[in-house]
Amino acid sequence: MKAAVLVFPGSNCDRDMAVALRQSGADVTMVWHKETSLPEGLDVVGVPGGFSYGDYLRCGAIAANSPITQALKVHVERGGYAFGICNGFQVLTEAGLLPGALLRNAGLKYICKTTPLTVATTDSAYTSTYTKGQVIGVPIAHHDGNFTADQSTLDMLDAEDRVAFRYADNPNGSSHDIAGILSANRRVLGMMPHPERAFEAAHGNEDGKGFFDALVSAVVPA
Amino acid sequence: MKARVNVMLKNGVLDPQGAAVRHALGAMGFDGVNDVRQGKVIELDLADGTSEETIKSMCEKLLANMVIESYSIELA
Repeated sequence: MKAAVLVFPGSNCDRDMAVALRQSGADVTMVWHKETSLPEGLDVVGVPGGFSYGDYLRCGAIAANSPITQALKVHVERGGYAFGICNGFQVLTEAGLLPGALLRNAGLKYICKTTPLTVATTDSAYTSTYTKGQVIGVPIAHHDGNFTADQSTLDMLDAEDRVAFRYADNPNGSSHDIAGILSANRRVLGMMPHPERAFEAAHGNEDGKGFFDALVSAVVPA
Repeated sequence: MKARVNVMLKNGVLDPQGAAVRHALGAMGFDGVNDVRQGKVIELDLADGTSEETIKSMCEKLLANMVIESYSIELA
């Protein structure tokens, strides 16, 4: 599987994301934000966590308008896979590739801790190795992770089984306890928690490994 | 020419920062503050003749997130 990880000024989880993808068997290229095209024959694009452009204006707003993000939109319109973690999720919502927005945490504090997530659907390339209702521990590290959308969007996400993960113990005020969502074609995922930080024994928790295993096995023809 | 863009969270969108400011004002002894909404002001120094349509486009494409925010434009 060929993967690209986008790198913006201020990205700081890009190498962790690349390590997790490589260890899962993907061939990974890092792509700088000023590039106007993605590598040929790409299967999946990862948008990493961090503080792209210093989170100026709004988290993810400037990254959503950078040159490489226009190429990402073309990739997604062609039916390509893409996922955004943390700041990457904020970028995907700002770019209009996923619905909703991420507001300041309800408690106003930056939260950095491992949090229990309930796997809300296994019907995606990212969650197929889990079981529905399974609770996994995945670290969060964000100040603006409070997912919000209008009521009709929230109802649609529920009706179309597009919530990938919910917080078992909502830490940030997210509507419907939403921690991660899928696009209509289920190929684009955004989530605030960091599965790449719970990937190997040295992390003290391997609950995030299933996310990358699922993705690599889904995208590579068996 | 100059333009001033006011960006506010839409009505109905919870504003945790505004709520924190309201609590702080109450704790300082300022009574009767029913609600606080916090937004941002963006000043643009523009080429003369820039149309309001262009400024609106700037607002909707970048300066405001139309999912959660509304904007108003003041031309100076």
